[in-house]
Amino acid sequence: MYSEKFQESIKKVEAARDKNIALEPRRMTADEKEQLLAAYHPDYKQDEFRVLTVGPNKGEKVPKELSEMLEAHSRIRDMKIDLSSPAYDVDVLVIGGGGAGASAAIEAHEAGANVMIVTKLRIGDANTMMAEGGIQAADKPNDSPAIHFVDAFGGGHFAAKRELLRKLVCDAPDAIEWLSELGVEFDKDKDGNMITTHGGGTSRKRMHAAKDYSGAEIMRTLRDEVLNREIPVVDFTSAIELILDENGNAAGAVLLNMETGEIMAARAKTVVIATGGAGRMHYQGFPTSNHYGATADGLVLGYRAGAKLLYADTLQYHPTGAAYPEQIFGALVTEKVRSLGAKLINKNGEAFMHPLETRDVSAASIIRECSTRENGVETGNGFGVWLDTPMIEKIGGAGTIEKRIPAMMRMFEKYGIDIRVEPILVYPTLHYQNGGLDIDEDGMTTNVKNLYVAGEAVGGIHGRNRLMGNSLLDIIVFGRSAGKNAAKKSREVTLGALTLSHVDRFEKELEDANVDTCKVSPKLLPDYRRK
Amino acid sequence: MENMVNIFLFGKKYQVPDNLTIMCAMEYAGYQLVRGCGCRNGFCGACATIYRIKGDQELKACLACQTKVEDNMYIATLPFFPLVKQVYDINNVSPTQQIMMQLYPEIYACIGCNACTKACTQGLNVMQYIAYAQRGDFKACAEESFDCVMCGVCSARCPAGISHPQVAMLARRINGKYLAPKCGHLEDRVKEIKDGTFEELIEALMQKPVSEMKELYNNRDIEK
Ligand SMILES: Cc1cc2nc3c(=O)[nH]c(=O)nc-3n(C[C@H](O)[C@H](O)[C@H](O)COP(=O)(O)OP(=O)(O)OC[C@H]3O[C@@H](n4cnc5c(N)ncnc54)[C@H](O)[C@@H]3O)c2cc1C
Ligand code: SF4
Ligand code: SF4
Ligand code: FES
Repeated sequence: MYSEKFQESIKKVEAARDKNIALEPRRMTADEKEQLLAAYHPDYKQDEFRVLTVGPNKGEKVPKELSEMLEAHSRIRDMKIDLSSPAYDVDVLVIGGGGAGASAAIEAHEAGANVMIVTKLRIGDANTMMAEGGIQAADKPNDSPAIHFVDAFGGGHFAAKRELLRKLVCDAPDAIEWLSELGVEFDKDKDGNMITTHGGGTSRKRMHAAKDYSGAEIMRTLRDEVLNREIPVVDFTSAIELILDENGNAAGAVLLNMETGEIMAARAKTVVIATGGAGRMHYQGFPTSNHYGATADGLVLGYRAGAKLLYADTLQYHPTGAAYPEQIFGALVTEKVRSLGAKLINKNGEAFMHPLETRDVSAASIIRECSTRENGVETGNGFGVWLDTPMIEKIGGAGTIEKRIPAMMRMFEKYGIDIRVEPILVYPTLHYQNGGLDIDEDGMTTNVKNLYVAGEAVGGIHGRNRLMGNSLLDIIVFGRSAGKNAAKKSREVTLGALTLSHVDRFEKELEDANVDTCKVSPKLLPDYRRK
Repeated sequence: MENMVNIFLFGKKYQVPDNLTIMCAMEYAGYQLVRGCGCRNGFCGACATIYRIKGDQELKACLACQTKVEDNMYIATLPFFPLVKQVYDINNVSPTQQIMMQLYPEIYACIGCNACTKACTQGLNVMQYIAYAQRGDFKACAEESFDCVMCGVCSARCPAGISHPQVAMLARRINGKYLAPKCGHLEDRVKEIKDGTFEELIEALMQKPVSEMKELYNNRDIEK
């Protein structure tokens, strides 16, 4: 139940509900979208970005908070680290225990490599676990990888690296089959046909789901498979620096035990960075939908070792973060809510936009509604607009919400809001790191050999924006291929002597560029203690 | 003005605002969390917690990221619980009752006390899904357990020493792999791609100038 102050606006939403269900709001033209983004999207706020003064992307702009981490001191500065007898010695070292890391480890193991995973929290405590909406693949007769390509390329503002995108869409059906064979329970009808829906920016219904626990269902299955294969998982252990060999190729990582503070070294013939996203960097002060460990560590590790970033200045703000109640401020309200028919409604009961525009356009449109247009609902924590969930029951019949989005229902139920009969309040939340380390088709970074990257830590697969459902897809497609390729490559590698000289070199660069900082990186965890 | 309540973290008293979750209250009190905090959103099960309200008989369990503090709440986190996870090869299991007897025979020692169900942080009917597993009804077990976040609280309460979430995990994988109907259109598409059916189309897209890609994108037809 909402308190009195919301009731007036809720009444307007209710009164207009039938009319709004029938209405198909006009989609914006390409020009309208461009103007909207330029005026309201956080990526376009110039003073929130800073130009890098050191490293491979010197001269390019990134979010202020990221630049501080990229231009910070190493955590091992002034430390003597013994690289002569590493605590771990493997063929393939996977950094990160999310969906990309687990997929890579499984495939590397399948290829016969001696592989291990190190991960900051537990395996599976990751953004992958939280994905609700689903995973795209063009596997229906009316769809094709080519149509999928066009959707994703356009959605990403025509900036994706096409060879990566080609791989994404062409390997998608095989990824779904691989997951099914591992036992992932996709929503199917009684004949086995996948139940698929639209996501923002898709032109075919190709979103596959496992209720609204799609990521959890995938992640727990992958985790179970990693454990069945008895792949070593060292948890609560972060990579804090890459180790190179004397030829400048990736050769392992310096590890930090998050509980005891112990520093160790891991030597490996090939390394896979699968450290995920950056929501906990709270760019521009936004709340986030991400897990606790999403702090862009992989970007920092790679950057210091000489790997290039691509599109690190583009973030995805999910249009529908929970704006109320405060306890779940910033938590994700899955796009599937809109796929199932709920529309975005302002405080006057008006459906102010088409509910399935791409995410950046939707987010900008909500920010406009809540700022200059003054049509937002005051929440006590800022403003929000309504997402009229009861529409779903009217369109799909009673019981649709419980059947298709049970996690959503439960999340609000805990705070006394029954989304079957009451709408919910939403506002954009920091959701996804579009940019990341630049890779080639094999998943290797473009300028550090034997260093592979997969998952949200990669830049370029999607371009400057990503469609819902293409990320779960990319972690499987590129995670698997990074694992296979890293295993294959490890057979050819003869490691030279290990070194951390690149860390000293980077420190020198900072000094030469007169960067005056007391910060250390990678960040590892946010600090939410009361100051 | 915030309303403050008294909570007891591992027995020690702190005053915190009453609108915080247990997780945020710990941070408010000064804890920098490492263990016991994952998704912060009710999906990962990292933050299993037990508590008792002073004067209350019942010991309750919850997810710290999903539960508001209450006055006089005695809180202990349960960041790790030694579950038993049996190792198996998913390609070599038969979807029959046999596999449960082999891997998790202790489920047959369930005494029907229902402590697991009462403790479940997700409100699942845990005893029921174990009963389905006993019978080899993996589909029912999978459905009943679907929302399980594998927090392990049920197992902490079970006198029979059952690792419920691992039993359910096995059931779901068997259901997904062996019992759910096969997807024909998926198999067809995988084969088409292997056969190179779309190669020409995709190659054409690889070459097209951005201006033409924009044309294509802005004029594509959208399935209703
Ligand atoms: C709430 C939410 C909903 C989403 N919904 C969808 C959806 O419906 N469809 C979709 O396609 N995508 C969705 N996404 C995006 C998608 O889930 C993620 O982009 C994707 O799962 C990322 O996978 P990953 O393996 O790259 O990273 P993660 O799954 O985040 O894994 C990263 C891992 O690396 C570890 N790590 C980090 N730093 C270090 C370090 N220094 N050392 C060691 N380990 C480290 C982390 O602890 C974690 O285990 C959603 C994301 C969120 C947050
Ligand atoms: S069934 Fe057990 S492990 Fe699963 S959510 Fe409930 S209490 Fe947690
Ligand atoms: S707690 Fe254990 S013994 Fe009791 S009902 Fe649950 S499974 Fe059976
Ligand atoms: S932190 Fe993941 S469920 Fe609470």
